[in-house]
Amino acid sequence: MVETKMTKISIQDLTIHFGNVTALKNLNLDIYSNEIFTIIGPANSGKSSLLQSLNRLNDLNAAYRKSGKIVMDGKDIDDLDVESLRKRVSIVFALPFPLPLSIFDNIAYGPRMHGIKNKTKLIKIVEKGLREAYLWDEVKDRLHTPAMNLSGGQQQRLCIARILAVEPEVIMFDEPTSGLDPISTARVEETMRVLKERYTIILVTNNVAQAARVGDRTAFLLMGELVELDETKQLFTSARDKRTDDYITGKFG
Amino acid sequence: MNVQLEQKIAFSILFLCTLLVVVPVLIILVIIFVKGASALSLNFLFEMPTSGMTAGGIFPAILGTLYLVLGAILFAVPLGVLSAIYLVEYSRDNALSRIVKLAIVNLAGVPSVVYGLFGLGIFVLFLGFGASILSGSLTLGIMILPVIITSSREALESVPQSFRIVSLSLGASKWQTIRHSVLPHALPGILTGTILGLGRAAGETAPILFTVAAFYLPKLPQSVFDQTMALPYHLYVISTQVPGIPENVRYGTALVLLMLVLILNLAAIILRYQFRKRKKW
Amino acid sequence: MSIVIVALIFAFLLKEGLSIFWRVPISDFLFARNWYPISDPPQFGILPLIIGSILVTAGAGIISIPIGIASALFIAEIAPRKTKEVLKAGIELLAAIPSVVIGFIGMVTLGPFIKEIFNLSTGLTALSGSITLAFMAMPTIVSIAEDAITAVPRQYREAAIAMGATKWQTTWRIVAYAARPGMVAAVMLGIGRVIGETMAVMMVTGNAALIPHSILQPVRTLTATIAAEMGETVQGGEHYAALFAIGIVLFIITFLINGIADIYLHKAKK
Repeated sequence: MVETKMTKISIQDLTIHFGNVTALKNLNLDIYSNEIFTIIGPANSGKSSLLQSLNRLNDLNAAYRKSGKIVMDGKDIDDLDVESLRKRVSIVFALPFPLPLSIFDNIAYGPRMHGIKNKTKLIKIVEKGLREAYLWDEVKDRLHTPAMNLSGGQQQRLCIARILAVEPEVIMFDEPTSGLDPISTARVEETMRVLKERYTIILVTNNVAQAARVGDRTAFLLMGELVELDETKQLFTSARDKRTDDYITGKFG
Repeated sequence: MNVQLEQKIAFSILFLCTLLVVVPVLIILVIIFVKGASALSLNFLFEMPTSGMTAGGIFPAILGTLYLVLGAILFAVPLGVLSAIYLVEYSRDNALSRIVKLAIVNLAGVPSVVYGLFGLGIFVLFLGFGASILSGSLTLGIMILPVIITSSREALESVPQSFRIVSLSLGASKWQTIRHSVLPHALPGILTGTILGLGRAAGETAPILFTVAAFYLPKLPQSVFDQTMALPYHLYVISTQVPGIPENVRYGTALVLLMLVLILNLAAIILRYQFRKRKKW
Repeated sequence: MSIVIVALIFAFLLKEGLSIFWRVPISDFLFARNWYPISDPPQFGILPLIIGSILVTAGAGIISIPIGIASALFIAEIAPRKTKEVLKAGIELLAAIPSVVIGFIGMVTLGPFIKEIFNLSTGLTALSGSITLAFMAMPTIVSIAEDAITAVPRQYREAAIAMGATKWQTTWRIVAYAARPGMVAAVMLGIGRVIGETMAVMMVTGNAALIPHSILQPVRTLTATIAAEMGETVQGGEHYAALFAIGIVLFIITFLINGIADIYLHKAKK
């Protein structure tokens, strides 16, 4: 069966510096629509820097310098206005960062910022987000209690629901389960598999096994360079580069 | 010498020193309360002074102080909070922002009488507002500006960075982020600073000496361009310039001023305490 | 905005004050011994005022620095938690009392007391001023020194205690030593407050613009001179300009003191 693959994001010759430190070197890769694109690699290999370039969160860092292009749906992201870019390309962080608001207000925060004031509409959006993040049944009776009171796994799913509420096109996960127990991790992974039907998903993970479990294609980054990129199955069964093989079999990293 | 004995003696000396700081404060408070209480009455608080200030009330001075403080706050709070927002959220850590910070430190150290001179020079004479509530309020406002900027800055800086990142990553603009994700959580801190500034403005005399204060003006101000009496200046005048004022009127005035300032400060302390207890992050 | 205000303040002081130097050379202004602004011809030598300020400030420093540092040590290191909270709140309240109220109390209680003890014709002297101002410097000194002491890392204390030092030896030799830069900053800021203080000093020092021969004589400070005389001057006249020139002097002095304090505060943070 041949799938038609649409390129969602195309990264062309991307190089990133923070001051004197080079985070990424001449990166070229394409990310397709509706796939789970997984990025693995040891600490400081440039994985998170890449994500934060895709929605221009790196712009907040005064030392950030970039050359090369990032193109989404045929348009250079530097030509888009930054708020709408971040609405389309959203991110889930390693640690859940609920805002000190109620569960409802956390999820309604994004839509409100984008001008939705209608109460019934907001209620609908919140419910939809929570259902898609598989959190609805656990919190539906306490939507107006502080989000800080939820457990770690629930908080992380809250953050996913919060992102879904702004109706993004791409969802980036930056080591989303590094702080979670195995059961919560499994739920988050399950969520990702469902979400890929409608969204493009980029997953950065330290956990090689996780990449093998959920990734469609996997890229291995080392010291800011792309070492290998392939179908996940291919990469994990017969890596072409020795360094990739060493990393996934746990010889270093 | 026995080290234990040495320690006991040293600790006793430190304790005595602390008493030396605290006990006189209590004595001052007690003296003013005891001697001033007999003057306090509704008439004293809400009537005009009569017979050359030796009798009657101090209402114009109380009202004048309230006007001045209100004016100072109206001027200083928006300006101070906006400056703090600029410093924390927009300026990058460069030479300019360091100079600004140094300027604020120095602004805080400028003697109050120099603020008075400045107010006289710019508001009263240069801008032609004359000795008026407007001039006095602006002078006091500039004086409390560093207090408000500093406390607002601390309050803003104590809001975790993650709140900003989350908000931005959801596509909120910078200003929306500040407005909805940062300011609400910094508000108690800003409020505390504002109240402390209020207390300071209410108690200061030197800046209003040449910019607004009237010696003896047994009528209420009609507009911001009128002169007015003010509590601290009134206390100064009746205790040094005018002989023959009954003692309890002086103590009574001191008591009213002290109460006003202490209540404001107490409110600030309590607010800050509550805020710290409630803080979740 | 803040820079603009600082610059504006200085510019206006200069604008109004510099004209005095057309008539009186700066050296005469600073070091001549006579301040008779309304005699004919007027004499504008601010030396007596400078000496007055220095005398009162030095006196206040001698009283408030040891007591203030000692209280800070007590509050930070020795007092139990509850006592500590109460003491800190008390000191904050002391800082909040308006200076005219302190001046008033100094005038009606301390003045007669000093007059009685030393058998003087007036109790409003440099000494009364020093004692009154010491109380105004104390809250600044105590709270900033207390912060510096509290900021000394725990390990220092634990290491000293582990070597068998008593709590007092640790407090005095280790903690107080490590907190020195912060204490210097505290003292500078306290002194800055005293030099700039106006109302209290005007009410209790007796206001005689003469070079004093002892601390039991009345003196007049820079700040009090401005406050007391500005009301009687003609706008734009020499006397008026001379008072603004005093403002310039004060501004520069406090600018220097605060600058030094700021440097030490940064040291303390490291």
